Amino acid sequence: MNHSLEVKNLHVSIDGQAILKGFNLTVPKGEVHALMGPNGTGKSTLAKVMAGHEDYIVESGEVLLDGVNILGQEPDEISHAGLFLAFQYPMEIPGVSIANFIRAAKQARLPEGEEINAIEYYKELYAKMDALKMDRKFTARSLNEGFSGGEKKRCEILQMAMLDPKYCVMDETDSGLDIDALRIVSEGVNLMRSEDRAFLVITHYQRLLDYIVPDVVHVMFDGRIVHSGDKELAKELESKGYDWVKEAFATASA
Amino acid sequence: MNTTLETSTNTLSAKEPSWLAERRSAGLDQFKKLGMPTARAEEWRFASVGKLSIDNFNPVAAPSSATLDALTERSNLVSDRAGLMVYVDDAPANFECIGSELAKQGVIYLPISEAVEQHPDLMEKYFLQESTELGSQKFFGLHAATVKAGAVLYVPKGVEIEKPFVNYYWTSGSRAAVFPHTLIIAEDNSKASVVDIFFSETEENEALNISVSNIHAGANAQVFRKVVQDWNEKTVSFQLDTTVADRDAQVKNVAVNIGAERARFENQTRIEGAGADVKMYSLTVAEGTQEFDQRTFQTHNAPNAVSDLLYKNALLDNSRTIFSGLIKVAEGSQQTDAYQTNRNLLLDPSADANALPGLEILANDVRCSHGATTGNVDKEELFYMMQRGIPQRVAMQLMVFGFFEEVIEKIDSEELVENLRQLIHQKFSGKIS
Repeated sequence: MNHSLEVKNLHVSIDGQAILKGFNLTVPKGEVHALMGPNGTGKSTLAKVMAGHEDYIVESGEVLLDGVNILGQEPDEISHAGLFLAFQYPMEIPGVSIANFIRAAKQARLPEGEEINAIEYYKELYAKMDALKMDRKFTARSLNEGFSGGEKKRCEILQMAMLDPKYCVMDETDSGLDIDALRIVSEGVNLMRSEDRAFLVITHYQRLLDYIVPDVVHVMFDGRIVHSGDKELAKELESKGYDWVKEAFATASA
Repeated sequence: MNTTLETSTNTLSAKEPSWLAERRSAGLDQFKKLGMPTARAEEWRFASVGKLSIDNFNPVAAPSSATLDALTERSNLVSDRAGLMVYVDDAPANFECIGSELAKQGVIYLPISEAVEQHPDLMEKYFLQESTELGSQKFFGLHAATVKAGAVLYVPKGVEIEKPFVNYYWTSGSRAAVFPHTLIIAEDNSKASVVDIFFSETEENEALNISVSNIHAGANAQVFRKVVQDWNEKTVSFQLDTTVADRDAQVKNVAVNIGAERARFENQTRIEGAGADVKMYSLTVAEGTQEFDQRTFQTHNAPNAVSDLLYKNALLDNSRTIFSGLIKVAEGSQQTDAYQTNRNLLLDPSADANALPGLEILANDVRCSHGATTGNVDKEELFYMMQRGIPQRVAMQLMVFGFFEEVIEKIDSEELVENLRQLIHQKFSGKIS
């Protein structure tokens, strides 16, 4: 069995416009890969397509979790297969409390007829909230409603920790965070790093990678990965700027 | 017109006091004189009046004692209560009267017929004295002429009762017409809570309901009325409700509407005393070809008062809702805060929600707002929830419950809230897929 998240020659369009143009990537379990690139290059599209968003048209290619293609599956099936997407802009769901929401997500993973153990559930929830320095009172609050940017992102990490996914895709989790929030969120992620789990960290800024240190850094431009390297590549990118990417790779991809 | 309905009114008035006989007879005249609603009338705009018929429904004989016992057994949404009355097809099925403590304090909780006999002055002052004027005057007339079932709650000055009085109104017989009535009189500085529950025995028994409730809240009184309407979908229902609030009175109405083939709601609130505070909350789940037609009227005849209305409707299938609300602020009613909000959640593209909010303001120092929104389930919210592994059907249910939470959280009884969630759940099971 192949223990990795693999994207093979993925071509995706929306409204007739090509966004991903032959995207290839392999993230083995146990590793953290960063995906960097200028705005509008297709990073968020990749995240949503992997999660099964219906707006995008997959022209060709595959996304394999442990060797099994997940493209074409419903978002909840992909979630059960082990892929978690931390949203760039988490949705506000009025009237649905955090506790009930995560509980429904965990309940959906149990076999038919089996009920979640409420005492165990709250024990786990509170422990993970404590680790993320979230006030326990938050459990009763409507999901993300009226949350600050930092609270929303912490809530994403809480969900990720509670659902214990094998593959974590984090879409610009650092955007809108101050340093304190960034540190807390990163600690939450670092606690989850393990041999059995892979991370794909999508970001526009190098800053996040000071806290979540990646094994591999990929540079994305115009719908595909144009360059890969170790963590030093992120720093190089930061100092040279994305214009450097555009100049260096625009011709190559034309 | 229905002759059996009329003859049944004559037998009622024989033993009754003359004031009541007069009110019945005036009601019957009103019923005969006024025509059936027409689509042209503004008060019935958007309603499917063409399909509205009250023919072929009649008061029916009292059900067997086995049926009365069985339905009493099922009258169990609220277990912690101050009193209980159960009617089936307007026949008394069960009556748990108040304890001696409350009786000593002068509290009255009686079936209407007994209240008329034992407290004629009180009843003459309040019974059948308030009616909505929002289009169903003809049906109010028929109610006045025919009513025999219902509960009267009188709470004297300064008496506070925490536990609710629970009134069940069931239908059972074939093509039964029922005319339940709830009268609540809360004197100055008193406190009372009532739950009215409308249920059908089976999914099949066709019925006509024309119910009336009147709340009279005295100075600084607190009244909380909860209404659960879960008729079967073979029922045509009219609920004509009024509230009169005196100085500093606090009245809260929360309605949960699930049932009926066609349900008309008229809710009229009159603020007559300065500083009164009246809240009207409603949630409705419409499915199939159900039609819920809601007409409301908030009148401010005194300054410094608050009225706040929030009606939320979730619509499935080909169901329809109509909300038409009016706020009227009389001259001199300064510092009024009056709000009216209607929110509709369309869960199916063929569902149809109509909203007609309105204001009429004759004072110059007021805060009034009205608003209506109609929207679909947010696709991105659905995607977000499904990404967490929640199946679409469950995600939709969570969203609908979330939508209703704003109303449900106003209900103070955990037991009732839990039972209502169950009722709504049942309505959804298998519906959203």
